[in-house]
Amino acid sequence: MSTYRPQESSRPAASGPAIPQQPRGGRGVSFARALLVVALGGALTACQSGGRPGSPGSDTGGSAKGDFGPPQGAPVRAVLTSPPQVPPPTGRTHPAKVIVELEVREVEKDISEGVKYTFWTFGGTVPGSFIRVRQGDTVEFHLKNHPSNKMPHNIDLHGVTGPGGGAASSFTAPGHESQFTFKALNEGIYVYHCATAPVGMHVGNGMYGLILVEPPRGRPPVDREYYLMQGDFYTVGKYRQRGHQPFDMQKAIDENPTYVLFNGAESALVGDNALKARVGETVRLFVGDGGPNLVSSFHVIGEIFDRVQWEGGTRYQENVQTTLIPAGGAAIVEFHLEVPGSYVIVDHSLFRAFNKGALAILKVEGPENKAVYSGKEVDSAYLGDKVASLASVEAARAAAAAGTLTKEQQIKAGETYFNGSCALCHQVTGEGLPNVFPPLAKSDFLMADHQRAIGIVLNGLSGPVTVNGAEFNSVMPPMSQLNDDEIANVLTFAMNSWGNEAGAVSAEEVAAVRAQTKRPEGAAR
Amino acid sequence: MLLAATSAAEPTYVPVEGGALRSVLPPAPQQQETRVAPFRLRRTAVTNRDFLAFVIRHPEWRRGTVAALFADGGYLRHWAGPLTLGAEADAEQPVTQVSWFAARAYCAEEERARLPTWSEWEYVAAASESARDARQDPAWRQRILDWYAVPGDRPLARVGGQPANFYGIQDLHGAIWEWVEDFNSLLVSADNREQGDPDRTRFCGSGALSMEQKENYAVLMRIALLSSLQAAYTTRNLGFRCARGDAEPGR
Repeated sequence: MSTYRPQESSRPAASGPAIPQQPRGGRGVSFARALLVVALGGALTACQSGGRPGSPGSDTGGSAKGDFGPPQGAPVRAVLTSPPQVPPPTGRTHPAKVIVELEVREVEKDISEGVKYTFWTFGGTVPGSFIRVRQGDTVEFHLKNHPSNKMPHNIDLHGVTGPGGGAASSFTAPGHESQFTFKALNEGIYVYHCATAPVGMHVGNGMYGLILVEPPRGRPPVDREYYLMQGDFYTVGKYRQRGHQPFDMQKAIDENPTYVLFNGAESALVGDNALKARVGETVRLFVGDGGPNLVSSFHVIGEIFDRVQWEGGTRYQENVQTTLIPAGGAAIVEFHLEVPGSYVIVDHSLFRAFNKGALAILKVEGPENKAVYSGKEVDSAYLGDKVASLASVEAARAAAAAGTLTKEQQIKAGETYFNGSCALCHQVTGEGLPNVFPPLAKSDFLMADHQRAIGIVLNGLSGPVTVNGAEFNSVMPPMSQLNDDEIANVLTFAMNSWGNEAGAVSAEEVAAVRAQTKRPEGAAR
Repeated sequence: MLLAATSAAEPTYVPVEGGALRSVLPPAPQQQETRVAPFRLRRTAVTNRDFLAFVIRHPEWRRGTVAALFADGGYLRHWAGPLTLGAEADAEQPVTQVSWFAARAYCAEEERARLPTWSEWEYVAAASESARDARQDPAWRQRILDWYAVPGDRPLARVGGQPANFYGIQDLHGAIWEWVEDFNSLLVSADNREQGDPDRTRFCGSGALSMEQKENYAVLMRIALLSSLQAAYTTRNLGFRCARGDAEPGR
């Protein structure tokens, strides 16, 4: 290990635009061969239960056949990319010495709108930089621990053959650098992660990424390759509670995450950051699950995976709706795009998607294909408040920040939340359902006491109430995951719709009521 | 600057009654507790001002002069010059970017003292403001963890900024990492998942034993940090304070 002082110019490559994976000159032969291999694999899959390799002839041979001899030619510096980008294929037909330089950085970033979190990262991003090598390559790995970091770190690459996966050889104090070398004997997509005590906390703070070991024949070219990883995060504050949020040890031990995210932030892959592709293209996703605790039921709403290399292994399954990705595991999924629109990528354990952030968007542009799909592009009820009419929410947020928020802006933004969260019971008409859900429209109970209304949204309500002369006795869950602005907006909407008339409810009023609210047992700490 | 530096007030040493330390690293397989003899610990960490006075008196410990064997390339790098603190190093901030060798030399030469042992340090650091042993208090533990969540590139707080703990000692948590005398005898495996590995030849000293109280993440992090160090290493968040045994003569 040696002292490490970073140079500005030595930072890992920043993300660039999506690199279409076009067939390259001279790769036609290997592509055809790859197709043949794939076809054989597919035939075997069809004949054998579970598609596991059975006949010796179909076996890749694993690590015993993964050593193609000493590295040839001049050493190659690995191209590292930030998520969601994937480095280009190595394009090599021989084993090489590949130099990987990865810098650990402890950085404060937004985990959600207005919520800061200190992430520990490989390369400044969550997940860490994507590494791409070829089977048989000799990888000279340099792990640099930035001088401003507080923690020692190391790296365990699941693609390494040897005790600890490199962890003991790469244990590095802040401001120092370690080096170790391994030969990539098994093809596949592998998770790497930090293995320094306490391991769960290092991983929980974002210390994971993927390394792709290409098979010697390369991978069949596709139009787009993208990189995403799911991870669970544990903050002292509640979901979307503003400010800097420290790691919550107890929640992590209880496996009760505050956030479940793709690529380390609620906004990582939505809006302007959405993944992009065009009709007629084939997309390949390298999907990992960093954990530390949860496995992923990985699903793209409105698409079917044409192929899945489940668990990142060599064989593939076809025509899959949802694939399970273990914590510390990965998969390669591919699908061809026929219909334009926004495709929502989720963990189909759905409360994670809609209440903890496990949601990303793939935006597909191109001509409509009514013969394949004639209806709406997306299921708006499914999307809730996440995607539908976020414009009014954005406008209100900007106005609130600028101090120019009007009642009308609050009503518009509140309507979005209302339709996403409240209308299922109280109905879009505000009329509720007789004997079950009380009305909000012209509701004496709602309009009588603003403080009480705020408290009910924050804490829920159960037990008998009388609304407009009728008795109701049911349960409303607490909506405290909404932040102060959101609750102020949704109440302003409800109190100024369907014949109701009142002033605006302010975020300050909500904050005051929230501050008086006792935190439920186990909510944090 | 030089005058101010050389006329610094005598540091305060706080007496600590001895006792038994039950920790995540038991001293031996059949022994759960370590006896900590009565000793005295510096109330606050050694500052840039203190350390400047030391290197003025001891040219062999100046940046640029110090033997590479005793301090790596980062030694006192944040100082403007070998005898100048400059804008990046406030006189009252704890000195960091110092090696274990330099810290030991400072304690011996300047204060007729030594570095605290790991057991002494942890014994005193188990205390909150009001309790001798607060380690089972979840709120106290979370407060310590919160420091680790603050990025390390922020300026260090001046010494004495935090309330005194049960013993009257300040800044043990939430300020810097601190060297201890026997840091290299706690070497746990660099890969902490190997604790059950029967191949004990890869471990040294008490680190060979299984770590208890795995939920006490803050202690695990301190042990991990100390285990990652070599005696010549320096880092931006690592400083020290000195200790004296009761039987050891003061200045």
